[in-house]
This record gives sequence, C-alpha cells and structure tokens, in this order.
Amino acid sequence: METTLAQHIVTDLPQVTALGIIIKAIIILAVISAIAGFGTYIERKVLAFMQRRLGPMHVGPFGLLQIAADGIKLFTKEDIIPQNANKFIFMIAPIITAATAFIALSSVPVFPDFTIPEFIPLLGGVFVPSIASDLNIGILFVLGMMAAGLYGPLLAGMSQANKWGIIGAARTAVQFLSYEVVTGLSILAPIMLVGSLSFVDFNNYQQEGVLSWMIWQQPVAFVLFLIAGFAETNRTPFDLLEHEAEVVSGYATEYSGMRWGMFFIGEYANMITISIIASIVFLGGYDSASMFGWLTIMLKIAFFFFLMLWVRAAWPHVRPDQLMWLCWKVLMPLALVNILITAIVMMV
Amino acid sequence: MSLEQFKNRNVGIHTYKTLDVGTPPNTGMEKFTQVVTRAVKGELFVGLWVVMREMINTLVKGDVHTVKYPFEKMPISPRYRAIHDMLRLLESGNYRCIGCGLCEKICISNCISMDTRYDEEQRKEVSEYTINFGRCIFCGYCAEVCPELAIVHGPRYENASEQRAGYSLFEDMLTPIDKLNLQQEYDGFGAVSPNADENITQTPLAY
Ligand code: SF4
Ligand code: SF4
Repeated sequence: METTLAQHIVTDLPQVTALGIIIKAIIILAVISAIAGFGTYIERKVLAFMQRRLGPMHVGPFGLLQIAADGIKLFTKEDIIPQNANKFIFMIAPIITAATAFIALSSVPVFPDFTIPEFIPLLGGVFVPSIASDLNIGILFVLGMMAAGLYGPLLAGMSQANKWGIIGAARTAVQFLSYEVVTGLSILAPIMLVGSLSFVDFNNYQQEGVLSWMIWQQPVAFVLFLIAGFAETNRTPFDLLEHEAEVVSGYATEYSGMRWGMFFIGEYANMITISIIASIVFLGGYDSASMFGWLTIMLKIAFFFFLMLWVRAAWPHVRPDQLMWLCWKVLMPLALVNILITAIVMMV
Repeated sequence: MSLEQFKNRNVGIHTYKTLDVGTPPNTGMEKFTQVVTRAVKGELFVGLWVVMREMINTLVKGDVHTVKYPFEKMPISPRYRAIHDMLRLLESGNYRCIGCGLCEKICISNCISMDTRYDEEQRKEVSEYTINFGRCIFCGYCAEVCPELAIVHGPRYENASEQRAGYSLFEDMLTPIDKLNLQQEYDGFGAVSPNADENITQTPLAY
C-alpha cells in the first residue's frame, strides 16, 4: 500500500509546495467559516420547519442576509471581560476551541485538489492539494485535535468566575471522560480492517461500489461512532455544556461578541469535521476516479449535517450522569465486543 | 350530593387521572433491559419521523403556523373586549349616549369620568367624557350596563403607549360621522340577545 501510494503521488500529482498548502489553509479557513455561518441559517430554518415555523424571514430574501446581520452584530458587540475572571485564560479559551477545530480540518480531505491556472499572476501553476497535510496518522490526529478542543470550554468555564460557567466546565469534563473512549474504540475496528490511519487509504478501501462501504461491515461501529460524534460536537441529545434550560449558557455564559462567536464557529467546524470523518470512514468517501466523486461526498457530509439538526429537533437531551452511564456501561462494552468479533473474523 | 365534595379544598387533585407509566427500574439489570428495549423498539425513530413529517407538511403543503404579526393579524372574536367605542344612532347620526352616568357609576376601577349639561332643547347631553385606559381593566361592565348600547368594546387591541396613563376622549371613541355606514354592532357584553323581539311585551296600562 505504502509504495503504491507513493508512486501514485510521484507519477500522477504535481509537487505539493508550501505555497499550495498556505493557499489551501486560507481556503479552508474562509470556506469553513462561511459554511459555519451558513450552517446557523440552515439550522434555524430546518428547526423552524420541523416545528411548523418559518424561521428568519425579514433580512433579505427568505432571511438569507440574517447571516450577515448576525456577523455584523457579533463583530461590533462589546467584548466584556468579567471583573473577577482570570483574564488571560478567559481571553484565550475561545481561540483554543476555534483553532483546534480548524487544525483538525487541516488533515481531512476538503474539496478536490486543483492547480491554479497559469494566467493568474504570482500564484499561477501552484498545485493546491485536497488535504492540507496528508498525515499517515490522519484519523488519530483529527480525533486528538478535536479532543484537545474541549480545553476551550473547560478553561472558559473555570476562568470566568461564574457558577454556571463552573457547572459547564464540570460537565465538559464529564462529557470528555465519557465519549472519548467510545470514539477511539468504535473507530478501531474499521482501522483494523483497513490497516491504516490515513483517510486516503480508507477512501481507497471502499471504492468498489456501495456494497464495499464500511457501514455494511461495521454497522455497530458506525452507530457507536455517530453517537460519540454527537457527544464530541456537543449536539443534542448530548448538549450538556450549554443547555439553556439548565445552566443558562454553561461555559459560554459570560462571553459576548466575537469571543462567543469563536466558540460557535468552532462548534460548527467540528460538526463538519465529524460529518467528513463519518462519510469517509463509513460511507465510502469520495470517488477519486469519477467526476462526481466530490459531489457525492458533499451530499454525504450534508446528510450528516442535516442529521444533527434533525436529531436536535426530535430528541430530548440526556443528563450528564446518563451520558456517563451510557458511554461506559453500554457503548464501551459494545465497542469492545465489536473489536473482538472483528479481530476473530479477520484471523479466521 | 354529600357535603364531602364541598369540603374538599383540593380542587385540583380529585379530577386528576393517573396514567399507567409502569414502575421505574430498580436493579441494574432492569435498567439495562429498559435501555435495550427502548433502543430496539425504535421509539427514537418515531420521533425523527414526526418532525420530518412536519417539515414536509410545512414545505410542501405550506402548513405553517407562524403569523407575521405586525403585517398580518389573527381575527379576533366579535366579543373581544378591547378599547371602547362610542356608537351613534344609525338613522340620525346623533350619538347614543344619553349621559345617564351608569357607566361612570359601575366602573370598578373608577376610570370613567364624565360631565353632563342640558342642551338648548333641555335634553341631557355629555359635555365631557374621558376613560383612563391606564386604569381600565376591560371588564366590560360599562358596556353591559349601558341602556343605549352606546359604549361598547371595539376591536382595537394594540394599545402600547409611552406612559401608564392614557386618556381617551369622547370624540376619540365616537364613530366618525362619515364612517357611520361602517359602524358595527357589538356582540359581547350588553348586546341585545338575538331573540330580543320575542321577549318584548306591551306595558300594561294599569297595575
Ligand atoms: S371596562 Fe370595566 S374598568 Fe374599563 S371602563 Fe368599563 S367598567 Fe370601567
Ligand atoms: S351608560 Fe351609556 S348612556 Fe349612560 S352615560 Fe354611559 S355611555 Fe352614556
């Protein structure tokens, strides 16, 4: 596998330059932030329709400019830092969330690779890869980065001298302790089958049509990974960190303006990352051979994104102790049994 | 009927119906079985389907329950008790109020104040008439007591203002003379019953 991949890169693809990677990084930042903004609009609309409402309607056609209005509001709002807060940590916590979310995105394939046409001055002919950095331990890196992202809520909650924040931080710890083991173990079985941690290998493993998708071989792992993914991005039914009805806004209670916005962008970027991982690892990823390969993975990602909104509209959320109970006593044993069975089947 | 029912002050409880929700699980195994049965039964997917059905209904059938309030308004009941109107006689256009003062007398929040005088034909007429809507509780007594169906409740319910006290003068509430043909009778408090004609009997000449 290793040699064929290396040959593939050497023979078929142009040289990946530092400039190309920088351009790629800028594209990821810009596009994912824009999608995150658009995601809030989609979320409001979908939730509204599911509750027989209209959602944002007044700013622009069908409320489309609501995103711009929200952006202006977030940027121009006063940045309040509470008096008794640990100011440095309070200021840096949202940056941790947003930064780790985007760093995680640097090693998943987003958008097809392309070469900038020659006629553009300065940048002409630069090859922009689909993955900013194709690590051979891609999955491990992404999961690790997303896990590190939880330092954001944890530090934010503890630094802001607010009791809701403290509860939010405590819940972050509970959540982190619960889902992390399930994420790792659930994705271990597919990793064993593929024998690699690189997203490209996962993608190539499932290229023989729909029936070769990992979801048919590893349905249990798929469900477990989805559940853990929901917990990881703290979406309903595991939105314990900032559930308004219980802890006001949890770790984000004292935040305002752009610092709050960074938490938000980080959360949406994480949603996109989890959607991408689920599509590549379990639903066949992109079909690099055909023209529409990138369209199919966009559809898959959109489906997972929609699923998150859908679940939010339909299901109540669980208590922190229930989450811990669920993860340690139900999901982890299931994941272990799944790994065991996979190993036995692979050996036989 | 026994006295028991009158003595029971817990009015809320004796009409309650207890639902059969089963017993909560106690042992670990019972809890586990509950989780497994709930997970396998697909109750969660019923929930997913319900919201999806609503979304399809909203998008396809336009089954939306949003009222874009300042631009569109829900119809209100004809008996709704909002800001008062003063009606006119349909034939002559004179106002119906005869200055009897019953509304002022009955108003329980004491917010109507009026003054009367004799006009040139020695008939009583209102010279001043004010309702303080900061105090009015829209109970409808004034409309009910009015013998002439003069003061009634109108359909104007948007009465936000900058200060608590808000006074309406007689002329503010009176039907404009050029809108007389649009004047609506009020169906609520004090209105004539639909079979009023049948109930009228001749006054005997002597007792
Ligand atoms: S509605 Fe009630 S409170 Fe208001 S003016 Fe009439 S009698 Fe007074
Ligand atoms: S009760 Fe009717 S007729 Fe009498 S003063 Fe009031 S509005 Fe006029």
